[in-house]
Amino acid sequence: MNRKAEVKNLNFSYSHSALVLKSVSLPIFENKITALIGPSGCGKTTLLRCFNRMHDLYGNVKYDGSILLLPDQVNILSTDIDPIEVRMKIGMVFQKPNPFPKSIYENIAYGLRIRGIKKKSYIDEKVEDSLKMAGLWQEVSDRLHTGANSLSGGQQQRLCIARALATEPDILLLDEPTSALDPISTAHIEELVASLKKKVTILMVTHNLHQAARTADYTAFMYLGELIEFGESSQIFTNPKEQKTENYITGRFG
Amino acid sequence: MKTEFSTPHSTKRRFRVLKEFLIKAFLFICAASSVLVTVGVVWTLVVEALPFFDDVSLSQFLFDREWTPLFENAQYGIMTLVCGTLLTTVIALLVAIPLGTITAVFLSEYSSEKMREIFKPILELLAAIPTVVYGYFAMLFVTPLLQKIIPGISSFNALSAGLVMGVMIIPYISSLSEDAMRAVPLHLREGSLALGASKFQTSFRVILPAAFSGVASAYILGISRALGETMVVAIAAGLQPRLSFNPLESTQTITAFIVQVSLGDLPQGSIGYRSIYVSGLVLLIFTLVFNLIGQLIRSNMEKKFK
Amino acid sequence: MIVALVILLSLIIDMAMTGMPRISSHFFTSFPSRFPERAGILSAWVGSFCVVLVTALMAIPLGIASGIYLEEYAPKNIFTKIIEINILNLAGIPSITFGLMALGIFVYRFGLGQTIITAGMTLGLLVLPIIIVTTREAIRTIPSHIREASYSLGATKWQTIWNHILPYSSGGIMTGVVIALSRAIGETAPLITVGALTFIAFLPTAPVSDIAPYLSMKWLTDPYTVMPIQMFNWVSRPQEEFHINAAAAGLVLLTMTLLLNAVAIYIRYRFRKKYKW
Repeated sequence: MNRKAEVKNLNFSYSHSALVLKSVSLPIFENKITALIGPSGCGKTTLLRCFNRMHDLYGNVKYDGSILLLPDQVNILSTDIDPIEVRMKIGMVFQKPNPFPKSIYENIAYGLRIRGIKKKSYIDEKVEDSLKMAGLWQEVSDRLHTGANSLSGGQQQRLCIARALATEPDILLLDEPTSALDPISTAHIEELVASLKKKVTILMVTHNLHQAARTADYTAFMYLGELIEFGESSQIFTNPKEQKTENYITGRFG
Repeated sequence: MKTEFSTPHSTKRRFRVLKEFLIKAFLFICAASSVLVTVGVVWTLVVEALPFFDDVSLSQFLFDREWTPLFENAQYGIMTLVCGTLLTTVIALLVAIPLGTITAVFLSEYSSEKMREIFKPILELLAAIPTVVYGYFAMLFVTPLLQKIIPGISSFNALSAGLVMGVMIIPYISSLSEDAMRAVPLHLREGSLALGASKFQTSFRVILPAAFSGVASAYILGISRALGETMVVAIAAGLQPRLSFNPLESTQTITAFIVQVSLGDLPQGSIGYRSIYVSGLVLLIFTLVFNLIGQLIRSNMEKKFK
Repeated sequence: MIVALVILLSLIIDMAMTGMPRISSHFFTSFPSRFPERAGILSAWVGSFCVVLVTALMAIPLGIASGIYLEEYAPKNIFTKIIEINILNLAGIPSITFGLMALGIFVYRFGLGQTIITAGMTLGLLVLPIIIVTTREAIRTIPSHIREASYSLGATKWQTIWNHILPYSSGGIMTGVVIALSRAIGETAPLITVGALTFIAFLPTAPVSDIAPYLSMKWLTDPYTVMPIQMFNWVSRPQEEFHINAAAAGLVLLTMTLLLNAVAIYIRYRFRKKYKW
């Protein structure tokens, strides 16, 4: 099994306050889906946002430890690494669909444009490819130049996935991608995510245990900033080794 | 498309960092330039006004009973101008505070979202009308009207200027007061209504006191507007500085004096030139003090409801 | 509320009734004159246009740049606080003190004299706070998740601002700009102190000519008059006849400012519909 990334002894805190992540270590396997679960405030979203250095936008933060991108063994948390280059390699989809208030086409083209790509035929091709990958092409191919805000919530989220895919990221981060959607759109997105792992490594935060059990190959359970247990989803959900994990997945807290 | 990670010293990275830094520096300079403007205003007023006191003593300035710096027998009693300024301001507030408050209560407590959408922009138009137009209105519409009601009123008088100024500052007072009242939490409103209070009682006995600091800051900003207003008083209130609070007579405000002197020939360094700076400085101090008080009260209010 | 509106209406009607008879093409194409029925506002409206052009060139870039800095870049420290308090106070300073500053600095220290550029810069500083405040308000309505979407794709801060923040807040910013310019058009007091001449029977130098170098900036340093000054001049004459001119000029001025404000309201309305967050 190939590893795509490796989190090693990661401590994280905002400026000088208490640690939000405590000595977290876990592997991220290539072309697999890894789910991060745990009660709110456990640090799962914080961990996710370390992967694309999103915390750097909000001033004083302290990373300690490393996230190595394999096979090159580059620590993307190093101060020598430009967060912008990290984000160029690692895409993200957010909790709430957040398409730009531009056309569908421009939403997807934007990531390419800021990478300096100007060739129209290439962008056209990429827009079509990513929309197809996100399962949205059939629905929108005849109205690529209408506003993205006219799409339904589920469609908007798939557009956001397409937008992240267009730049061919090494890893795709999903932050509770279905929490703002209705059950039918959720099912669509889950199917889509499952089909995407052939192309991209996926790391997903979710509140929904069933979703993790259904879609993820690996699951990490976090609690109070610590990684309690990591393993194949089938094992975590049927035969957890830790008492806390069991308590959580059987609904005793959280 | 795969970009390899660059080192901090790579040209590409340096260029990007430099570009972002230059943009930030440019924007910072723009923002900081507004401080420069304020410094410029205060500094000019002080520097140009100070030599005034080479010729005039502070006691003359404060206690002379007349203000005639351009006459042969010059007197420098700033209090006469301050008196005129206060007189018109008080009249304006007597109009603007009740009307502005009622308007705010109406907009915040009685009108639907739709009505607010329509009324607010219209009210804001009142503030958009050029002041010289208000001046015209005061002199050629309100004054003749007043002359019919109060015989013997002077054709330039503080009353008409003050009244019109009052109308002018209604929108300033009503819009800030309304913001303050709308910031009052809903549960206070519901609590009062649940106790059986009428809407009117709730508005005036619960909401208004709860929003008091916000409303008060609106009044204070209204005062500082009225103090600094120029064209209405220059046109309609007359040009005779007077140490009196009779609203039926003509008077002169600080601002009107500055206009009067500026209209004439004004060599730099002359006593007339100095006198407009010294009176401008007095005006600036007045308004700055009121503004600061208003902002202080306002930021207190924001803390309270957060 | 209703009282205020009634007063506003009666003002407009009264002025319209008095001034209307004077409004004709002659009124717009003639210079001021000693004879009220021959006098017009040609030099005044051309002057107003030139002055506001200078004001716009100065205040719009400076105001928007300051707004962007304060909303997007400014760290939370004492210096930022000073700038913020300062802008609030700048908005509260009586307009006539801007005129006094301009007289001391632009007219005498810089030796710019009583010219269009002096007037334009004076009004530019005066309306600067309006543009800064509305720019900030407009930027603040853009939710942070839109910014994050842009950053997550690898955009730099400036790319995010230029490609997203500015376009999406342009409605609010434009509203502020229009309101600021309408304020500048109607502003009188500070121009009186910088010595706006009241009798100008000529136009500024044309910016384009048929002799090389074809483009001339000389108009910037020409004397001028503007609409509100012209109106003030007519109001303060004792003769009744000039008051009719004043009413007519007031009517034109009022129409211009109300129109601009209507434009501002319309822009706000359109953009609010376009960008719903």
